[in-house]
Amino acid sequence: MKAIIRKRVLKTGIAVVGLSTLAVAVSAHAQQTLNIVSWGGAYSMSQHEAYDKPWMEKTGDEIVNIDRSGNALAGLRAQSQAGNVTWDLVDMLPADAMIACAEGLIEPLDHDELLADAPDGTPPSEDFVDGALGDCFVASIVYSNIVAFNSEMFPEDDQPSTIEDVFDLENYPGKRALLRKPINNMEWALIADGVERDEVYAMLETEEGVQRAFDKLDTIKDEVIWWEEGAQPPQLLADQEVAFASAYNGRIFNAMVTEDQPFEIIWDAQVFELDGWVVPTGKLDKVKDYLHFATDTQRLADQAQYISYGPARLSSSELVSTHAETGIEMTPHMPTYEPNFETALQKDDLFWADYNDELTQRFNAWLSQ
Amino acid sequence: MSEPPAAPLTTADGVPLKVSLRRTVRRSKIKALLLVAPLLAFLFIAFLMPLFEMLWRSVDNPEVSTHLSRTVSALEGWNGESLPDEATFAALAEDLREGQQERNLGLLSSRLNYEKSGMRSTISRTARRVGTLEPPYRESLIEVNNTWGELDTWKLIQREASPYTISYYLAAVDLQLSPDGEIVQVPEHMQIHATLFWRTLWMSAVITGLTLLLGFPVAFLLASLPARHSNLLMILVLLPFWTSLLVRTTTWIAILQSQGVLNDVMVALGVIADEARWQMIHNKMGTIIAMTHILLPFMILPLYSVMKTIPPSYMRAARSLGGKPFLSFRRVYFPLTIPGIAAGGILVFILSIGYYITPALVGGQSGRFITNYIAYHMQTSLNWGLAAAIASILLFVVIICYLVFNRLIGVDKVKLG
Amino acid sequence: MAIPSYATRGERIWHYLFLFICGLVFLFLIGPLLVIIPLSFNAEPYFTFSKKMVAFDPAGYSLRWYQDFFTSSEWLNAIKNSFIIGIASTLLATVLGTVAALGLSSRHMPARGAIMALLISPMIVPLIISAAAMFFFFSKVNLAQTYVGVILAHTALGIPFVVITVTATLSSFDTTLIRAAHSLGANPTRTFFKVVLPLVTPGVVSGALFAFITSFDEVVVVLFIAGPEQRTMPIQMWSGIREQISPTILAVATMLVLLSMLLLTTLELLRRRSERLRGLSPD
Repeated sequence: MKAIIRKRVLKTGIAVVGLSTLAVAVSAHAQQTLNIVSWGGAYSMSQHEAYDKPWMEKTGDEIVNIDRSGNALAGLRAQSQAGNVTWDLVDMLPADAMIACAEGLIEPLDHDELLADAPDGTPPSEDFVDGALGDCFVASIVYSNIVAFNSEMFPEDDQPSTIEDVFDLENYPGKRALLRKPINNMEWALIADGVERDEVYAMLETEEGVQRAFDKLDTIKDEVIWWEEGAQPPQLLADQEVAFASAYNGRIFNAMVTEDQPFEIIWDAQVFELDGWVVPTGKLDKVKDYLHFATDTQRLADQAQYISYGPARLSSSELVSTHAETGIEMTPHMPTYEPNFETALQKDDLFWADYNDELTQRFNAWLSQ
Repeated sequence: MSEPPAAPLTTADGVPLKVSLRRTVRRSKIKALLLVAPLLAFLFIAFLMPLFEMLWRSVDNPEVSTHLSRTVSALEGWNGESLPDEATFAALAEDLREGQQERNLGLLSSRLNYEKSGMRSTISRTARRVGTLEPPYRESLIEVNNTWGELDTWKLIQREASPYTISYYLAAVDLQLSPDGEIVQVPEHMQIHATLFWRTLWMSAVITGLTLLLGFPVAFLLASLPARHSNLLMILVLLPFWTSLLVRTTTWIAILQSQGVLNDVMVALGVIADEARWQMIHNKMGTIIAMTHILLPFMILPLYSVMKTIPPSYMRAARSLGGKPFLSFRRVYFPLTIPGIAAGGILVFILSIGYYITPALVGGQSGRFITNYIAYHMQTSLNWGLAAAIASILLFVVIICYLVFNRLIGVDKVKLG
Repeated sequence: MAIPSYATRGERIWHYLFLFICGLVFLFLIGPLLVIIPLSFNAEPYFTFSKKMVAFDPAGYSLRWYQDFFTSSEWLNAIKNSFIIGIASTLLATVLGTVAALGLSSRHMPARGAIMALLISPMIVPLIISAAAMFFFFSKVNLAQTYVGVILAHTALGIPFVVITVTATLSSFDTTLIRAAHSLGANPTRTFFKVVLPLVTPGVVSGALFAFITSFDEVVVVLFIAGPEQRTMPIQMWSGIREQISPTILAVATMLVLLSMLLLTTLELLRRRSERLRGLSPD
């Protein structure tokens, strides 16, 4: 009896296998699995909704998301050294992309040939915002490093509004959560200390400027909780463990609209930066169709329905509409929205490429004093 | 006594016994070695080779000599008193041109940037424009970037041309080479690694001391109870020992954090105010509490096994000879437990200085160990040479402790469970 | 530990104080593990006892975090990986370690001390150092980010435990039993299976358990040399704890505490069996 059952199971099994090989054979022309590395959390979700879902529907490809952008450069180096590159497309910061490009880890890109034109025919090289197209890099979003606060922790008629307020313990007491890196903190310290925005990086190249920034940070050091993962600041604010937290603006936006948290963003002295795609060496043929699709005008505009990061294409800005879940207007939440943008500072990638090693060591030494 | 005494003893087949014995011994020696050989071979490949690779990485310095090979040979014999000649500048231009084509200047610029901030952009900016430069290169390169007009830049290239370097080891203890090649301390505001080495050592000593303080009475109790009871209590020691390290660390986060169990209980009992919750985690205290808990069984077990061998009659004898309890404990019992204290102490200390997970999760800023910086340089700053150098120094410290342990106690005495 | 009849009053006080201190240390050892168990049944997403929990209101308790765990493909996949890697490395470590232990316990083993020190070193060298070193070397030989690489690494880490437990069992092994078996006419193979193996098995099994738990609990090396496909349970926990401990982690933690209780019981039974077989009964 048992034997008979087993035989039958075996038969059905074979039939199923037969069918599925047939199915594979029919659609074998392009179907593939793409390993795409990104930042995880709400950001990966927005990419999944805006790019991956329509792409999988269109081609039948499978897309595997890997949350490793935080260590993308290390991963690329290790894979290339091992001669076994498993990542097909990587989302990374332009500063890392510059280094990876110089090391030959990623492909140089011919933007006008690879990327889609704007709907009106403008070539990509003119349609993307300044600095969005690097030798090996194509940006998809403009995001911003901001300081947010929990509005319940301050009286209604005296809410903080400038970066100076973040350094003002007397009028705005409470803990501050800051990224455990010199990036952004050094810039904010100088601006809060009265340095003009366009002189910040020049000052940071001098010993006096660096010392001045550390002196300013010293004034709040005892009240700072240092965070390392992007998910921490909204959590710390929600638990009221801190009054202020530096964060990526999209994460704060998500907590505000989808979780109804009473957060406010201080747009003053936002440090904005681009983020986008690089292609590991040898993978260009495999991913160029996806890259073409995922960076076109519509897709970048679609992504803005899920997260408050500005599209890196000018032609997408006009198409930005409302938040997919709550229906609120997205434009005022974008870093690039005019009133938010007035005192914005662009992160200087070249400066950080040179000084990150040194300043990070100094920053760590300062922290452990 | 009638047999001739000269005839050697032989086995049944006439071979002298001595020879036969030697043969048997040799055969069993070979047999024993053959049994161990596969494991030795395995460990050689999967464990020792990696360690050698790491040691090699900590001194390996291929970047300048490979990617600036022309410049390096042009610099041979350069006296370092004035800028190099035009031929050297031309060689540099040629090296950078080739590097830009092959796109392999990244590691070179990272390497030089460790020694002199600003070299990364100097190289990338120069390399981008080098294709359009015209001789004389001395003038045109300095015009592109005046870093090439500094003597120190050239001294750096000349110095780092050597295929091996000690600069990772120097950086690992907060030293550096000055442009003139002298070993000097890095400025005070940049010192970090030496501080962390010391912190790791003294915090490990504190943790070892605490485990001894807490472990000694428990081991004493376990050793003096009848086996039926002690077996039961032993489970309380062994259960944490067998529980996942991450689980034990997580429990301490849940207990100690400011919204955690202990603070909540204290607030509920009215011991502390809600605003004045204790900060017990993400600092040195967090690391010390959690690691003392995690390492305590490693102290109790060796102490217990030593105490178990001390006959209880010794104490009774001391008492009956008129010794006061404390005195007889100190003069008779305690000295006998010293091997256990040494074994447990060294074991806990070795394990402690190598811990990474617990300090990373509960140590915050002030409770970090040097191991956290190995991970940091491996994964974030990507200065693998420096990571290898720090790890090699730590390995050296551990090996010393291990040898002391082996000498005093013997690894074959280690028991588990 | 009874108080002797001749103890003075001061000694009695001291004795009870001593017992009290021991009690506190035991509480310190075991308390934290017991605290998280009820917390993992919290109906709210917090790590502390809610009012309802303290009042033993059933509404304060729920199985939602366990449900989260068993319905999350990430966690299930991580468990699967942990078992694949754990079992494979345990098998390898047990075979290599047991064979080597047989050699090591021979009276004629040359350089025994040095070899033993070497075999035990993976247990002593800090994991972060092994991890960095393996990352460098395995990347070079194309083993980084592969199952084989992680399994080889964990085998190396598990070997000391097997070697220690099996040599310990063999050192108390009465070799006259082998000679007795030979003299009674058993050939070496038969002697091995009928005499040596049954006596050594408890040691081998407990060594294997140690090797398994080492692999099952290991984070650092996996963090460095594994790729996303080899994501194990400790890695999943590690990244969860670093971002924010969700009560799902406490549910996992509770299950792991139960697992360690199970392992501990198994080991204790093995120990008793081995003592009984050798005629050393406990008590």
